[in-house]
Amino acid sequence: MAAKRKGKIVKISGNMVMIESNEFIVQNEVAFIINGQERLKCEVIRIRGNRAETQVFESTAGLKIGTEVEFTEELLSVELGPGLLGQIFDGLQNPLPAVAEECGFFLKRGVYLKALADDAEWDFSPEKKPGDKVRAGEVLGIVPEKIFQHAIMVPFGLKGAFEVTDIVDPGKYNLKTVIAKLKDVDGKTQEVFLKQTWPIKIPITAYAEKLKPQEPLVTKIRIIDSLFPVARGGTYCIPGPFGSGKTVLQQLTSRHAEVDIVIIAACGERAGEAVETLKTFPELIDPKTNKPLLDRTVIVVNTSSMPVASRESGVYTAVTIAEYYRQMGLNVLLLADSTSRWAQAMREMSGRLEEIPGEEAFPAYLESRIASFYERAGAVKLYNGKLGSVTIGGTVSPAGGNFDEPVTQATLKVVGVFHGLSRQRSDARCYPAIDPLISWSKYKSFVEDKQVKRGHEILRKSQEIAQMMKVIGEEGTSLDDFIDYLKGELFDFVYLQQNAYDPVDEATSAERQKYLFNFIYKNILEASFKFSGKDQARIFFQRLRQLFRGWNSSPWQSQEFKDAEKEISSTIEEGLAAREKTGA
Amino acid sequence: MHKIYTNISQIAGDVITVEAEGVGYADIAQVNTSRGVSLAQVIKLDNEKVSLQVFAGSRGISTGDKVRFLGHPMRVSSGEELLGRIFNGSGQPLDKGPALSQNLIDIAGPPVNPVKRVIPSKMVHTGIPMIDIFNSLVESQKLPIFSIAGEPYNDLLARIAIQAEVDIIILGGMGLKHDDYLFFRDALSERGALGRSIFFMHTAADPTVECLLVPDISLAVAEDFALKGKRVLVLLSDMTNFCDALKEISIIMGQVPSNRGYPGDIYTQLASRYEKAVDFDTAGSITILAVTTMPGDDVTHPIPDNTGYITEGQFYLKNGVIEPFGSLSRLKQQVNGKTRPDHRTIMDTMIQLFADYRESLEKQSMGFKTSAWDNKLLKYGRLFEKKMMSLEVNIPLEKALDLGWQILAECFTPEETGIKKAIIKEYWPKNQ
Repeated sequence: MAAKRKGKIVKISGNMVMIESNEFIVQNEVAFIINGQERLKCEVIRIRGNRAETQVFESTAGLKIGTEVEFTEELLSVELGPGLLGQIFDGLQNPLPAVAEECGFFLKRGVYLKALADDAEWDFSPEKKPGDKVRAGEVLGIVPEKIFQHAIMVPFGLKGAFEVTDIVDPGKYNLKTVIAKLKDVDGKTQEVFLKQTWPIKIPITAYAEKLKPQEPLVTKIRIIDSLFPVARGGTYCIPGPFGSGKTVLQQLTSRHAEVDIVIIAACGERAGEAVETLKTFPELIDPKTNKPLLDRTVIVVNTSSMPVASRESGVYTAVTIAEYYRQMGLNVLLLADSTSRWAQAMREMSGRLEEIPGEEAFPAYLESRIASFYERAGAVKLYNGKLGSVTIGGTVSPAGGNFDEPVTQATLKVVGVFHGLSRQRSDARCYPAIDPLISWSKYKSFVEDKQVKRGHEILRKSQEIAQMMKVIGEEGTSLDDFIDYLKGELFDFVYLQQNAYDPVDEATSAERQKYLFNFIYKNILEASFKFSGKDQARIFFQRLRQLFRGWNSSPWQSQEFKDAEKEISSTIEEGLAAREKTGA
Repeated sequence: MHKIYTNISQIAGDVITVEAEGVGYADIAQVNTSRGVSLAQVIKLDNEKVSLQVFAGSRGISTGDKVRFLGHPMRVSSGEELLGRIFNGSGQPLDKGPALSQNLIDIAGPPVNPVKRVIPSKMVHTGIPMIDIFNSLVESQKLPIFSIAGEPYNDLLARIAIQAEVDIIILGGMGLKHDDYLFFRDALSERGALGRSIFFMHTAADPTVECLLVPDISLAVAEDFALKGKRVLVLLSDMTNFCDALKEISIIMGQVPSNRGYPGDIYTQLASRYEKAVDFDTAGSITILAVTTMPGDDVTHPIPDNTGYITEGQFYLKNGVIEPFGSLSRLKQQVNGKTRPDHRTIMDTMIQLFADYRESLEKQSMGFKTSAWDNKLLKYGRLFEKKMMSLEVNIPLEKALDLGWQILAECFTPEETGIKKAIIKEYWPKNQ
């Protein structure tokens, strides 16, 4: 092996360290600062002459001018292989439970542990035989991992066609064993292991084609699925001021979304929230598989007190793991909370590099970075014809809750769905606090178009009337308008809002949503009630509201459910009858 | 043993630049001036140029003064001897006690591994119904009090400190008025809490840079106690002064400001302090209550805004009371299900009705006709404000819940409250 290329520190400012070296330097390569016994990881982010500026993934306290640095020529990479599911990593893919065992309460800098245990044994069964022709991304064999058939694939980085020359028999192997040998056209041999590494900032593209996202991704949150749906392979963003419930929304989505695997990237947010996920997911049972939720989850956590630079790497680590499982024909959902913290990390670094600042001091490349991150989502057709997808949902924490700021705007340009949370709605204790009047989606809902349209319409109308009433008072509003106002309020209250603490109401299946939407559409939104006065109308809708609440918290198709439906129907009958009486 | 450097090449604001070798980033140095000795910390290294922020300020420093690097980061003495003592922002005694140099610990230590935290589960009782019932404070929570200058936030802090059942109270004062400082000292001493308290005081008259150290020193000492199994409450007043000190230094250092002059890393700076709040698996805990005065009562100002994204809720102090809307304890759900079965019902119902009261009040002030229902709400609202919201009320949670039922019964019929029948049956006051 060639001697390691070395350099020396010439400047330190926060977590930006400048290195001088007389040898070649590779953009984005990883280097290690040798500080006595410690080896601190950093990444080259700019090269000028014989000087490289690096971002250090650790605290830089105590480093000195002249300290030696070793370059590695490798880009920042992650390990991909069986054993990722159920793990808790930091932004550099250090397994945190193992770090805790070694270092105790605190994250000691310079401690990097293997993401996947080398000596764990996996039950491999080959799917190819010597002589088979393969290319990057094709499946060589299978190992069972938790509830999934984990595909062992030809390393994504290999270019061209290969022939399998050797492949092991079924049996138990660890990650250090060569399980197959491949020969390229020139006769050069490549060894394949159960794991491979991949640079996190480069998308994995070993698939046949990228498809248009069409299948709805059911989150079991009514306002999302019915009015602002997300598609498998699509992207969505959730901007909202603090306290508007972004994280609660993400947490419930991570529990209920109908996907195979959920990757949670907690990026620069509160440790307490990450802890809740860490501690509850092993105990929560996924109703679909009857296994702990953690079995289908990978958590990448980089809380706000952890080193800033690894916020960025955390987001990329998470999306790379998501792409890896997509390559097996699985549907993966990546939840990133919050992308603003990642953008702020970029801003901090840009400031240290003394770059010319853009809007609000964010760097000029903010938009392109955000765009290329979201572009890593997608539904793809693999070489074997299977479909897989990565869906990305990112929260945005706009400064001052103002959606005009650069990160929100850059995100809105590239995502397919906008779920805007509003302070008014969260103050009014609405969950989810998604504001239906500002949100939009480019994907198709499973609810009929006509009905969705009517839903939007009544919400807008109701809002207009409410505004008007503030000025002219209830007295000045016509009865018809008042009824439309009440219809909108009811639709909002009983359909768009859910009780996050009710075991039934917190998640609504697609089937139930269609049923309920149709019921409300036919019997309330399209019905023409004519009451004798506003008080009668108000009392009628208040009563309905109470009844719907009970209906929403009764299990689907249970006796309780049917009874509640019957009571609502007969109440509506009475409401319509009121018209006849007054009309007569 | 440590080399002394005398070639100070630049003095700008409270930052001096000296040419030196072998200096570690974030290390501490001593600057000897004609006015005395001050500590300083390395904030930038550029070849042989070392920039330091001088804790005592740069006023009176001459280019010929001596700088001696100590070869270690900022440290502070910790342990039982600190109890009852008062120090300044650099850890020097302000009372008449001796300087301490035992059991030195580094300040601004590494972050806690998230897997070594536990989910917060213990309620901190304060005797203030607006907190105990509506936004319960939880051990290991980090919570700021948002208010405008002039509100009684320090009184509120002192009261919570005295009544909270914690082992140790650490008060970090930043840019406090001298009389505020005396107020804290007297309030704690009157109630016999001084013996379990430690003060780190930076008053408005002290140098800016020292202000930056106060949270780090307070939290480092708190962490040391928490690791020994103690439950520590850290009070920080006022974090807005801390942020303004950050702004001052970053601008002197030529950083590009991001929003209203504040540095781009203000979120990270605040988070690395607030995130020290912790409930350790198998050890003690740190709870942080901080004051954030909002310039112009504007919650979208960068300081309260960034703070809100970090902390687990906020108490919004306005017109001398804790405003129920705008106040939030994100951790209340962890504890309020385990107190009394009617706790959540009272919390939800009373707030809902209070929101309705505000609407009726608006209606009334706009000159619209008020209905019978409006009048009931108006009566309720006034009672609520007087008996629950006033900060003069000081009753334990149980009594506060009972009081809640009484207020409801005084104003409404059980049906009007919308409370489930089973709970009404058990708790609705019989004498009504």
